[in-house]
Amino acid sequence: MTDEPLIYDLSSPGRRGVHSPLPQFDPVDPGDVLPSSELRTDLPLPEASEIDVMRHFLRLSHKNHSVDTAMYPLGSCTMKYNPKVNEVTARTPGLADIHPYQPPETAQGALELIYELEALLASITGFPAVSTQPAAGSQGELCGLLSILAWHESRAETRTQVLVPDSAHGTNPATGTMSGLEVISLPTADDGGIDLQNLKESLGPGVAAIMLTLPSTLGLFERRIAEVVELVHAAGAQVYCDGANMNAMLGRVRPADLGIDVMHLNLHKTFSTPHGGGGPGAGALAVQAHLEPFLPEPRVVRKGDTFALAEPSPTSIGRVHSHLGNFGNLVRAYTFIRSLGAEGLREAADDAVLNANYLRASLSDDYDLPYDRTCMHEVVLAGTRQRRLGVRTLDIAKRLIDYGIHPPTIYFPIIVDEALMIEPTETESRESLDNFIDVMRRIAREAESDPDKLHDAPVNAPVRRLDEVTANRRPNVRRVPESGD
Amino acid sequence: MYPDDLGYTSEHEWVRADGDHWLVGITAYAQEELGDVVYVELPTPGESFAAGDEFGTVESVKAVSPLYVPMSGEILEVNEELEAQPELINEEPYAAGWMIRLAASDPSERDALLDAQAYQQFVNELRA
Amino acid sequence: MSYAPNTDADRAAMLRTVGVESIDDLFVDIPVQHRDPTLDLPPALPETDVIRHLGQLGALNATSDDLPSFLGAGFYRHFVPALVDQQLLRSEWYTAYTPYQPEMAQGTLQAMYEFQSLVCDLTGMEVSNASLYDGASALAEAILLCRGLTRRPRVVIAETVHPAYRDVATTYTSALDVDLQVVPAASRDGSSVRPNIESLVEAIDDQTSCVVIQRPDFLGMVVDTDPIVQAARRHGARVVVVVGDPVSLGLLVPPGDLGADIVVGELRSLAGPPAYGGPGAGMFAVKSQLIRRVPGRIAGRTVDLDGKDAFVLTLQTREQHIRRERATSNITTNQALVTLGATISLSALGRRGLREIAEQSLTAAHHAAEALAGAGAVIATDAPYFNEFAVHAPEGAAARLDRLRRDGNVLAGVDLSCVSPRFDDLILVAATELTTASDVEALAAAWARSR
Ligand SMILES: Cc1ncc(COP(=O)(O)O)c(C=O)c1O
Repeated sequence: MTDEPLIYDLSSPGRRGVHSPLPQFDPVDPGDVLPSSELRTDLPLPEASEIDVMRHFLRLSHKNHSVDTAMYPLGSCTMKYNPKVNEVTARTPGLADIHPYQPPETAQGALELIYELEALLASITGFPAVSTQPAAGSQGELCGLLSILAWHESRAETRTQVLVPDSAHGTNPATGTMSGLEVISLPTADDGGIDLQNLKESLGPGVAAIMLTLPSTLGLFERRIAEVVELVHAAGAQVYCDGANMNAMLGRVRPADLGIDVMHLNLHKTFSTPHGGGGPGAGALAVQAHLEPFLPEPRVVRKGDTFALAEPSPTSIGRVHSHLGNFGNLVRAYTFIRSLGAEGLREAADDAVLNANYLRASLSDDYDLPYDRTCMHEVVLAGTRQRRLGVRTLDIAKRLIDYGIHPPTIYFPIIVDEALMIEPTETESRESLDNFIDVMRRIAREAESDPDKLHDAPVNAPVRRLDEVTANRRPNVRRVPESGD
Repeated sequence: MYPDDLGYTSEHEWVRADGDHWLVGITAYAQEELGDVVYVELPTPGESFAAGDEFGTVESVKAVSPLYVPMSGEILEVNEELEAQPELINEEPYAAGWMIRLAASDPSERDALLDAQAYQQFVNELRA
Repeated sequence: MSYAPNTDADRAAMLRTVGVESIDDLFVDIPVQHRDPTLDLPPALPETDVIRHLGQLGALNATSDDLPSFLGAGFYRHFVPALVDQQLLRSEWYTAYTPYQPEMAQGTLQAMYEFQSLVCDLTGMEVSNASLYDGASALAEAILLCRGLTRRPRVVIAETVHPAYRDVATTYTSALDVDLQVVPAASRDGSSVRPNIESLVEAIDDQTSCVVIQRPDFLGMVVDTDPIVQAARRHGARVVVVVGDPVSLGLLVPPGDLGADIVVGELRSLAGPPAYGGPGAGMFAVKSQLIRRVPGRIAGRTVDLDGKDAFVLTLQTREQHIRRERATSNITTNQALVTLGATISLSALGRRGLREIAEQSLTAAHHAAEALAGAGAVIATDAPYFNEFAVHAPEGAAARLDRLRRDGNVLAGVDLSCVSPRFDDLILVAATELTTASDVEALAAAWARSR
């Protein structure tokens, strides 16, 4: 594949792409209404033709791997198929061309959709109240912890610590800090679950909450969940559940039934809204009744047959989004849930879990399996056997690229040496999984017979491995105009 | 690997007497474990630290490690070269890769540090 | 109905490989009394039916085709070239994720780098990240950056900064030791409103970590920021500039040239229709000294083993997956697809196109003001403005807006009581290059009728 120049390099003075609308009014000269000191003298944007812009971005797109290209088993990210009907509904003019400040009387359909989606998510998780305002999982976490702090405060309690298992995603401790809490790391027990003894010792009167991921980032369901919840509640603290992995639980268990107090959902994972090359997502927050007064505002409420925005509430943690969250993604998630229904959702969880266990059973002869038990929607393998041959997990990942498969999440969870975190999702077929298994086995053989093949990989991608050291030592993060340019 | 005239910490810093002051850096072992150093964050001259306090961080592409002062004192100078050339820490950890110059408030703290032999043994244990 | 391709025969074969009898056996770690709840959900709908259902919900909303709209306040209806959505519908863009494996994501990475370059060129800044959630959280993160940098507790924030952004900043700082001080940066004089820079200048002191202003401000005014920047410099405070409408950057001096340390804003208007307020994309750009404090992803340019130009996520040690509780932010998923739309849009509009739509927006707004004045309205804004201005509604903004919609069939603007109760008799009117002469006539006619 050839190098693609920067869009700036396709620029030629005087060339233009699209034309702006025909003038509707006699032009007003900006210099007549704004002080000349406020007007810029140059605007260093590219000048390119429409066809060149189209081809440039099309050629760039060809350098990407995507779910629609081939398997993308990126653990923790739930790269399932994004149904195309979602893209159709999200582009319905009545759901796209509507303004956040238009009066509720003229946006009843949008408000109804949010209200109904919150109700559907409540049914699926078992929590009585849901807010779809958070823009992504991490923002949901922030809302969750702030709600918990507000609840403690409402009971005249000051608590300053949050417990986070060492297997947690990095965003959990980072959210703890943003919530002004001291983050205390909990070690993982030998079976991959929470170490109850350690939990007991850590649960002092200063602990506001525990953030646990269910199923955990190891792909394991916490067998001692009942004891964990009981201990945490007995200490006056709250149980926050990172629900990034809800895909494993759809129709199989409602997290609220387990005694969890608050949980976020990643609609861009479980509920199929596309990942967009990094976003946007949507991070709904679901809570038990005692935390509902603290949910972010404004909230959508139903009054008889109409929908409205509730009056500001004195207990709410406040707003976290300019408006009502990533509405376009709420439309997609709503479409997905309505398309699948209860049975379809449960089937999704079942197939996601079966697919992961099929990979576990099929690959455990060739790769180390640090936690050898039934997994949920993802399986964590370790490249430790290969490391002894001088091959690192990074090399295995890069070799997968040569076979046209996106590598799994690697080196996470950080407590697993040489981790390979594989999440096939329910939308991969048995044939696709068999191909993956075959490729992974071949790579295991190559690690034994021809390790340099792995060290040199990838060779079939648009570029080979990159010089990240220079990228970090001397960051070049934008095109710097040449002088006279 | 570990020059005799330096004092070492179990966090892999070294100190060397330099006239009335002390230079501090990280050991050959530390830079090797980190891999290519891409950035160091150093304090502002004038700041004071107690022995064992964190005075900055050193980064590779995928890791960040805290740096701890081996002896209490005031920062007199930081190695400005490292901003443009963090690779000096990999290339010459005990020379051009020094990080801070310190005025020690209690020079006797030097005696509590590991000598080269003890540090070598410590590293051998870590490697085992 | 799920999208899972496996048949019962596939499942049976796979269960044999796994060594269990049934799928139920895979869920035994779940406490038995809570296993397999019945979900109370409406029945599944095939594609045809779900499209019809969503179409019905959509039909309950008024679009700008149904009602001429002068709504702005952060979300503007701008011209987004047709090729943008054609690109955004390409699977290679929208069904990929964060480019963790750069060799398989050069498209996304190069587009990020081009986006960062365009943001820097538009704002006069030196480093841009790949986006935050929206303009509001971008402002909140800017405030957190300044707090960490200066270790000072106070934030001086102009009342003329988007009120929802102020609210979000309040939420984000609520558990931290931050004192947000909202300063009345506009003053009333009878029916009119004008900037009050002095109050901001006076509020900045040696405990101020940053001062936050918006340009054009929430009332549409373009204010001379120099005294504020000077005061900030004198006291060692940082300057955070919120960009009102990004299209204004086609015309106005970039905030970087005015002395901004951080520039934030909302980019939705460059990428697509307002979508009821999201997904948008938060712009976040800084001067180069702050690069290691920036939250969120950044793409960098480098080379591969063969020396070929390539792009990669860089400075990742700032981020949560490495620094965990010491990260610059918890953000993970961002708003990449929206920034891609903005990148393509800016590329297709180019230097001339962006300037033209900026000029047309300014033109339309000034014609709308003239038409309203002709219909008997009092234009309240007593300052230069770009494409948004305030009109006086003596009986109250809410009541007047309601009548303009019911009797005149226009969405005439935003009730400015959201800024302050002092402004509950002001309506914020926005126009863009998509505002037509007949929209303006409808607005003026409705105003005349509703008096
Ligand atoms: C386990 C886990 N928690 C939290 C997050 C954060 O979610 P988001 O990226 O939507 O902010 C992620 C994914 O990125 C995750 O995998």
